[in-house]
Amino acid sequence: MKATSWHAPLITFLVLTLTFETLAYFQILNVSLFPPPSQVLSVLWTLRMDFLSAFLETSSSVISGFLISVFIGLMIAVGCSLNAFLRQSILPFAIFFQTVPIIAIAPLLVIYFGFGAPTVVAASAIVCVFPVIANALVGLDNIDQYHAELFRISKSSRWQTLIRLRLPSAYLSIYTGLRVAAGLAVIGAVAGEFVAGGGLGALIDSARTQQRIDIVFAALLLLSLLGLLLIFLIQTLHRVFQKWRPLGVR
Amino acid sequence: MTQTLIEIKNLQKVFASESIFRNLSLKFGKQDFVSILGASGCGKSTLLRLIAGLEEKTAGEILKPKDLRLSFVFQDPCLLPWLTLEENIALPWRLQNKKPAEVSEVLELVNLTKYKAFFPHQLSGGMKMRASLARALVTKPEILLMDEPFAALDEMTRFRLQDELRKIWLERKMTILFVTHSISESVYLSNRVLFLDKILGSISCDLKIDLGVSRDQRVKLDSKYNNYVTQLSSSFRQEMF
Repeated sequence: MKATSWHAPLITFLVLTLTFETLAYFQILNVSLFPPPSQVLSVLWTLRMDFLSAFLETSSSVISGFLISVFIGLMIAVGCSLNAFLRQSILPFAIFFQTVPIIAIAPLLVIYFGFGAPTVVAASAIVCVFPVIANALVGLDNIDQYHAELFRISKSSRWQTLIRLRLPSAYLSIYTGLRVAAGLAVIGAVAGEFVAGGGLGALIDSARTQQRIDIVFAALLLLSLLGLLLIFLIQTLHRVFQKWRPLGVR
Repeated sequence: MTQTLIEIKNLQKVFASESIFRNLSLKFGKQDFVSILGASGCGKSTLLRLIAGLEEKTAGEILKPKDLRLSFVFQDPCLLPWLTLEENIALPWRLQNKKPAEVSEVLELVNLTKYKAFFPHQLSGGMKMRASLARALVTKPEILLMDEPFAALDEMTRFRLQDELRKIWLERKMTILFVTHSISESVYLSNRVLFLDKILGSISCDLKIDLGVSRDQRVKLDSKYNNYVTQLSSSFRQEMF
């Protein structure tokens, strides 16, 4: 990563933190609504075991939901790119899942999967799956015309064309979809936890009822960290892939 | 012409209600090097694509051996960017689920052996085109279809590749159908030049080129060479006016 790419957000973060701290210190901000960063850090430390357990629970749901959505999303995209009937049958439902808010589907998921992790994982996967399908499908459909003809002349099978041309060509689109999905996985999991309980989502909900804004802020900080970690992991994998092969380049 | 490899009978091709070929009939012999000239949109590339099976004909026949080994070199080298040069050249074998053979030989033939582990973005335009040619040669085709392969190259690289192509043709003894816009290139490379007339939708000039088997760029100073160029240029002018 270039130094300049993380310098700017780090400086912004420090400036905002200092500003909040100063405003709270001089009581310009209502600390019961906007707790100073020092108080957020303090509650994080005091309740570290609760936060750690909630963080791990949410992380596990986020990663599971993300991986399930990647697997299902890629399978659907590949199927749709190979078969027009499948595309016409499945895509409308994929769009349906994209348009209906997850918070509205979550109660249904509780009925189907019960309280706890399965519902949270399902909520996370449902939110993530559409960007994976949409981006992968764009990449799989947009192959270079000459490359496609080269494969036709070589009498390549559909399977060979998929493995050796469509998937490598679609790599950058798939990568974009995964990055979007990584951010959404956290949103889906928290929405699921609001309804099904467990993890940082339930911690936020319980803190809200007790007016513990500092705990809410601390949980939000951890959720952002979780999203960033997931995106960082995907970017790192991408860089390793690109060093190995210039995939997705036309 | 030697023994016929491909015969085209009364070929017709209609694109968006516009007729490209009107009863085009042609024969291509084994080991012929035929260049196809013509104005833009006259159907030069379409003819190659019809022979390769990349386009459907409207009417007529294209008679060719059932198991004809055919390769195509596009205007774009169209190497897969995520494969090394060696893997790109072995690709036609991989796509046929066969063990790659001849890869080192064709790399040697086009002088790219030491670049075999390079990715396409690490190569120059001329090297990419040589790699594209190597990939087309690796399956030992009986006929090589080349669609303006040197059009995007600079003059020096183009001359070098012309010489290499002639050398390869003489060594491999295959049929080459070569589409180009350049009259001088067609005369230099081929033993037969066809002029495809856009208005007639068929061949208006079928010229046998007799400049000897071994040629180098100096042949372009020969009066015989210039006569051929003049003759073909006049075909162009006749179509224009």
